[in-house]
Amino acid sequence: MWEYTDKVKDHFLNPRNVGEVENPDGIAEVGSIACGDALKFSFKLDENKRIKEARFKTFGCASAIASSSALTEMIKGMTLEEAAKVTNKDIAEYLGGLPDEKMHCSVMGKEALEKAIENYQGAPAKEEGAQIVCECFGVTDREIERAVRENHLTTVEEVTNYTKAGGGCGNCHEAIRQIIERVRAEARPTAAPKLTNIQKIKMIEEALAKEIRPSLKHDGGDIELIDVVGNRVIVAVRGACASCKASDITLKHFVEARLRDLVSPDLTIEEVAS
Amino acid sequence: MKTVYLDNNATTQVAPEVLEVMLPYFHDLYGNPSSMHSFGGQVAKKLREAREQAAALIGASPDEIIFTSCGTESDNAAIRSALATYPERRHIVTSRVEHPAVRSLCANLASQGYRVTELPVDKNGLLDMEQYVASLTPDTAVVSLMWANNETGVIFPVEKAAALARERGILFHTDAVQSTGKIPIDMRKNAIDMLAISGHKLHAPKGIGFLYVRKGTRFSPFLIGGHQEKGRRGGTENTPSIIGLGKACELAARHLETENTTVRGLRDKLETELLARIPRSRVNGDPKGRLPNTTNISFEHVEGEGILLLMNEYGICASSGSACTSGSLQPSHVLRAMGVPFTMAHGSIRFSLSIYNTEEEIDFVIGKLPPVIERLRSMSPYWTSVTQSCATT
Repeated sequence: MWEYTDKVKDHFLNPRNVGEVENPDGIAEVGSIACGDALKFSFKLDENKRIKEARFKTFGCASAIASSSALTEMIKGMTLEEAAKVTNKDIAEYLGGLPDEKMHCSVMGKEALEKAIENYQGAPAKEEGAQIVCECFGVTDREIERAVRENHLTTVEEVTNYTKAGGGCGNCHEAIRQIIERVRAEARPTAAPKLTNIQKIKMIEEALAKEIRPSLKHDGGDIELIDVVGNRVIVAVRGACASCKASDITLKHFVEARLRDLVSPDLTIEEVAS
Repeated sequence: MKTVYLDNNATTQVAPEVLEVMLPYFHDLYGNPSSMHSFGGQVAKKLREAREQAAALIGASPDEIIFTSCGTESDNAAIRSALATYPERRHIVTSRVEHPAVRSLCANLASQGYRVTELPVDKNGLLDMEQYVASLTPDTAVVSLMWANNETGVIFPVEKAAALARERGILFHTDAVQSTGKIPIDMRKNAIDMLAISGHKLHAPKGIGFLYVRKGTRFSPFLIGGHQEKGRRGGTENTPSIIGLGKACELAARHLETENTTVRGLRDKLETELLARIPRSRVNGDPKGRLPNTTNISFEHVEGEGILLLMNEYGICASSGSACTSGSLQPSHVLRAMGVPFTMAHGSIRFSLSIYNTEEEIDFVIGKLPPVIERLRSMSPYWTSVTQSCATT
């Protein structure tokens, strides 16, 4: 059983502003029945361009209904500029918090609000250049980036809780991991002598060629650099290493240690998934 | 508020008669049945009785019963034993709709290099027996198919499947956690090698179960320790619970007919009335070959968690196969395997009855549920479009 706050329960049992606004100024539909939750949201402005009325219809669990209800209450009387600043965290906080696994319900509210405002302003409903990352739930890279940035997410599991991305077949987990890495890298304060990615890759290649590969070759093994994602160095082992049970120990204790010495102490090494 | 408990496939109440026979073994008769003194020895005698009671329920002999801690342990012990006794065989046959006790174990074994065939089911949740036969190979170590499905109550023809496995020299295990006590089981008349049972589904406490292992079947223990259970399951016996389970098995045998008359009648009434009163609802699972106590009904365009929480306001307990209730983001693997459309799968509710349910309770649910569904549908963005499109056609 989910542990819902009294406020969530109240907004589920006595939802405010259910329905559709007549002649709305802005309207949006987000989610889908396949995903298990969906929200139709509409609002109307008064003569001072403040939100006079906001209504919702939601298919989904108790926290989805409560989040929708909370959203319509929160934004009443706001200008669109003010409303645009409401985040999914604000919705969750208004409800006294949501279980981790249910944070995506508040994200759905935020998305509906945003799209309804865009609808009013006549802006394109689709974010330009956004690409679907999670095929199961139709989540784009932009949506994931934003959730990671606004909620300081660090793991795939957290991203799934907030956006649903990765909650189905799991094929996109690697892509999500890369997005987290990318967003976190940009968020990190740039340390004084920061290596550019190109510099880093060059230095890693050099270290592999001069310091590491000769030792491995001595035992009939070899190593190949596949990719560098942030501080993750992705390699493939070849030759005798490929069939060696201890190769992961070699990677951690020898290769990673040498690369940390020679290139950067933040590096971690990973073997490419076979 | 009175609780109307219609979630007996999740767990059941301990029968008062069961509790009564258990109580002396916590404080007064706490001896270890392995002890040499008669203080312990008298408990061993009670365990023998419990073993006889358990065996009698399924037409087995007492030395074919190994007491375990739960259904999951029984399933794990059976499948791992089969693999250990046929180490050269690397293939397992199971289905897509198994309980996690089998399904997750098989997924784990697959990651260790075993080949696992997960047989599909049709829209009624039934197996294709030709496909089953085709899946059996000389490399197959064990078949594990559930007797009855926990979510839909659909019954698999495990006796037929076991006979086909035996013809090919393959061990057959069944998870009979849901079917035991609800439909007749007679191990003298089938070729099933191993069968798993859980106590708390048949009015014994949680934390006790047993595994039936047919005489002559090679068995490799899962828990290695003392000589308990003839060396087939180490660990000091959970004496009060074993004694309770024995009593529960005796009661289950006695109540088998009630399950198939009274309980079935109440289930049918609940199902028929709900379908009649709530438009766009349907039953998931073969309506003919089902357990007498289970019904799984989908209400289109609403989400299960909301239904459960609103029913909870009336003290009504049931389960849902919706994504939101599972903690995962996808609806139940059973309903997905059956190809239940998303519009229906998210709004599925399982009611599972027991002999303790009354007609009054069923009438209460029949009265309360239709407005609950209507209320959630009035909030659903899909419902309007459905009703509108209905009005225009």
